[in-house]
Amino acid sequence: MSLYQDHILDHYHNPRNYGNLPHATHHAEALNPTCGDSLALDLNIEDGIIKEVGFTGKGCAISLASASLLFEEAKGKETVKMQVLAPEDVLKLTGLALSPVRMKCALLSLETLKKALKSK
Amino acid sequence: MLKERFPLFKKHPELVYLDSAATKLKPASVIAAQTEYLEASSTNIARGLYPLAEGTTARVDAVRKAAADFIGSDPEEIIFTSGTTAGLNMAAYMLENFITLEGNVVATDLEHHSNYLPWKELAKRSSAEFRLAASTSTGALDEESFEGVLDEHTELVALTAVSNVSGIINDIPSLVRFIRKRAPHAIIIIDAAQRAAHLPIDVREWDADMIAFSGHKMYGPTGIGILYGKKSLLDTLPPAVFGGGMVSDAYAEETVYREVPARFEAGTPDIAAIFGLGEAFRFLEEIGFEKIREHDLALQAHALSELRKVFGEDIQIIGSGKPEDYAGILSFTFGSLHPHDIAQLLGEKNVAVRAGEHCAAPFHRVKRLAATTRISFGIYNEKSDIDRLVAALKEVTRILS
Ligand SMILES: Cc1ncc(COP(=O)(O)O)c(C=O)c1O
Repeated sequence: MSLYQDHILDHYHNPRNYGNLPHATHHAEALNPTCGDSLALDLNIEDGIIKEVGFTGKGCAISLASASLLFEEAKGKETVKMQVLAPEDVLKLTGLALSPVRMKCALLSLETLKKALKSK
Repeated sequence: MLKERFPLFKKHPELVYLDSAATKLKPASVIAAQTEYLEASSTNIARGLYPLAEGTTARVDAVRKAAADFIGSDPEEIIFTSGTTAGLNMAAYMLENFITLEGNVVATDLEHHSNYLPWKELAKRSSAEFRLAASTSTGALDEESFEGVLDEHTELVALTAVSNVSGIINDIPSLVRFIRKRAPHAIIIIDAAQRAAHLPIDVREWDADMIAFSGHKMYGPTGIGILYGKKSLLDTLPPAVFGGGMVSDAYAEETVYREVPARFEAGTPDIAAIFGLGEAFRFLEEIGFEKIREHDLALQAHALSELRKVFGEDIQIIGSGKPEDYAGILSFTFGSLHPHDIAQLLGEKNVAVRAGEHCAAPFHRVKRLAATTRISFGIYNEKSDIDRLVAALKEVTRILS
C-alpha cells in the first residue's frame, strides 16, 4: 500500500490552519537538517486550552501532512493532554506505517508542538 | 546479457536498480568466490604451515597482485582495509606526524563525509588550520578551486576523483600537478570510491600519494577496500592499527615492525571478501573500461535527454549537463518537490534511487540545496531502466503537484 494515501496528499496539498497567528501566546520552530524540512508553529492558549493554531513550513509530503493532521487535532484540546502525546499517537493519527528513515519526517510535527507548548 | 550474471535480478526481476553509487550489485562469480572460501578453504592467512592455509595465503597474495595491476602499482603499495572510510581514517592516523601547528590541511566542498571528517579531525588534533577548496558552479574542481587555499604551509590535500553527489569527474592528473606547484610539501590523497568501477585509475599518471576505494562499489563484496600508498611514503609512515601479524619482534623495549604493507595490516582481514574482490577485478578486466565507459555514456546521454524532454524547466540537473562530464551518477531536483517523496514513491513503483544529502552536507550547504535525488548506474542497467524511471517519475510528479 502506498504511503501517499488520499488523506495524506489532501493534507499536503491543502494544509489546515496554515499561516501565522498575529497574537500568538506560544511559538516554536523545529528543523530537520538532513532533509531540510522545517516547521514553525503559533499557538493561542487560554486557560490551558489550545484555542487557535497556525503553522508554516517546508518539507516533504509526510512531514507537512503530519503537521497539518497533528496541529488540527491539537486545536481545542487541553495542553496537558497534548504534552504527553507519544510518537505512536502521531502514527495512529496519520495512519502512516513508516520505515525508520521516514519516521523523523512525521515526528518533526510532534517535536514542534511540544516545543511550542513549553515556550513562552 | 550482463544482467544475467547478477543473481539479485533472479530474485527481483521487476527491480529497476538505479542506486549503484551506494553499492554495486554482485555478479555470480564474486558470490561464488566468497562461498568457496567459506566452504572449501576457510583457514587463516600468513600463519598456517599446512597446505590448506598456504593455499589461502597464496590466494590473498594473488588478489593483492590483481589490485596492484588494476591501478598500475606494485603489490607492496596495496593495503587491504575494510573500505574507503576505513582506509582514509587509517591514513589520517598514519600521517599524523606530518601535520604541524603552522600547517594547513585542505579538503574540498565536494567531499563525501569520509574524505572530509577524517581530515578535519586530523587538523584539529594537530591544531593545524582546516581549509576548504570551493568547487565550480558546475560542481567540479579546477585550478581556481585550489588557487586561494594552497601555500607552502599546506601539508595535506584531500580530493575526490568523482563526486558521489553530482557524478562529475575531476581531472586528477592535472589537479595533482597544479597542487604540487602551489603546495610542494603537501601529501595528496584521492578518494576514488566512485571512480573505481567506471574509469581506470593509473597511480603513476596520477602521481597522488595515497588513494582509497571500496570493493563493494566495484562489484565486489562489502567489508573490503584498498588503500594505495606510494612505496617511498609508506616506508616512512608508522602503523595506525596495532596487533598480530605486523611486527617481527615485540619483545624488546623497541617494537620492530614488519615491512610494508604487512606493517599496516594488523589482525585477520575479511578473507572471504578478499576472495570475492579478486573476482571483481577479473570481472572488470573482462568487460574492460572502454566498454564500461561507452555503456555509461550511452545511459547518461539517454537519461539527460529524456529527463529534459519530458520535464523541461521543471527539472534541475546538478552539474554541467553534458554526458561526458559524468561517471555513472546523475542528480537532480524538481522545483519544490521533496526528494524524499520522489524517492519513496519511485520505490513503491520498484524503481530504486537515492534521495538526501548523500553524506555530503558541505556540498549541499554551498550549493544551497536541501537535498537531491540521485540516479546511478551499473553495467547491468539498460536504456529501458531509464524509460521506466521516466515513466514512473511522470506519475510521481503528477501525484505530488
Ligand atoms: C565518494 C565516496 N567516498 C567514500 C565513500 C565511503 O565508502 P565506504 O562506505 O565503502 O567506506 C563513499 C560511499 O558512499 C563515496 O561515495
